[in-house]
Amino acid sequence: MKELWQLFISFCRIGAFTFGGGYAMLPMLKKEVVDKRGWATEDEILDYFAIGQCTPGIIFVNTATFVGCKRKGTLGGIAATVGGVFPSLIIITVIAAVLNNFAELPTVQHAFGAIRVVVGVLILNAVVGMWKKSVVDKICAVIAVVAFILSAFLGLSPAWVVLGAGSLGAVLPLLKGVGGK
Amino acid sequence: MSSWFLLFYEFFKIGLFSVGGGLATLPFLYKLADKYDWFSQTMVANMVAVSESTPGPLGVNMATYIGFQFGGPLGAVIATAGLLFPSVVIIIIISKFLQKFRDNSHVSDVFYMLRPAVTGLIATAGFSVILDAIFHVNKITQISVDNFLSLFGVKECILFAVILFLTNKFNKHPVFYIAIGAAIGIIFAF
Repeated sequence: MKELWQLFISFCRIGAFTFGGGYAMLPMLKKEVVDKRGWATEDEILDYFAIGQCTPGIIFVNTATFVGCKRKGTLGGIAATVGGVFPSLIIITVIAAVLNNFAELPTVQHAFGAIRVVVGVLILNAVVGMWKKSVVDKICAVIAVVAFILSAFLGLSPAWVVLGAGSLGAVLPLLKGVGGK
Repeated sequence: MSSWFLLFYEFFKIGLFSVGGGLATLPFLYKLADKYDWFSQTMVANMVAVSESTPGPLGVNMATYIGFQFGGPLGAVIATAGLLFPSVVIIIIISKFLQKFRDNSHVSDVFYMLRPAVTGLIATAGFSVILDAIFHVNKITQISVDNFLSLFGVKECILFAVILFLTNKFNKHPVFYIAIGAAIGIIFAF
């Protein structure tokens, strides 16, 4: 019981003090989970991150579930996960409640008008970074462009694009035969 | 179907299909804004800024916010729980045979195709955000040859170019650029 509580509190702390998610969470995770608690090694954390990235869901949450499971099984996984998202739930609920009251103010609307432009740039930069990492050959480039066209211009649901690309990845090696890739 | 269950179900689907971190939820949220009147696509872009400027993972923050718009604090909890449910179950299963999963060549084959597709999907979300922010429209279908130039925001385009330059020149935290954006928006009345 005590360790479940510790898992909850530790991931609460990580969730409360890291901005933006993803790799931004690594230093804080390492400090809390590896250095302070000794719950996992640094290599294990990197493994969790790698798997968290290629399984559905939020990478930080997946990592929290992994660490919790390793320590205390299923219950531990749940305790760490709930702890990790607890600060977000509180903070965002408060912000949403406040924003809803101020959203109509001209100042707030002007601010968000420009902020949306900045967000556009941030996402563009993220896409460029992802392109560099994920598009390793021509087939990948075609997949990325087709996924973009299907979802942006033909309105296909992202779920179908994900399913389609995943299935393609599963059958492509078979089509290429033994010597492929 | 009860509306709470619908909220849970929609976020359950997002949690199940968004592979590759918080930004991967964006294309799904845009689709959701289209499908229901719970929130607008413009709100999604605003919320990315708030999520980047507050602690916690982006995807969780987005789900909490939209859930709150849908039905207050309870909505926030239900949307977040829906988002996390599939991944928690999947990770609990994977953690039981971790090494086998890592070394499986089928898994890496699937992700070889999946990653570029997710890149394309996030590009779509980015495209929508940029259209909405710069061209004052949030639906691609509304653009035609006649109205194209009148929709074009000059101030927004200049800001876009400046921020694009700054973000690629200086590696500062997104919060920094969002704060600059807020100040410029207020000063120049965007």
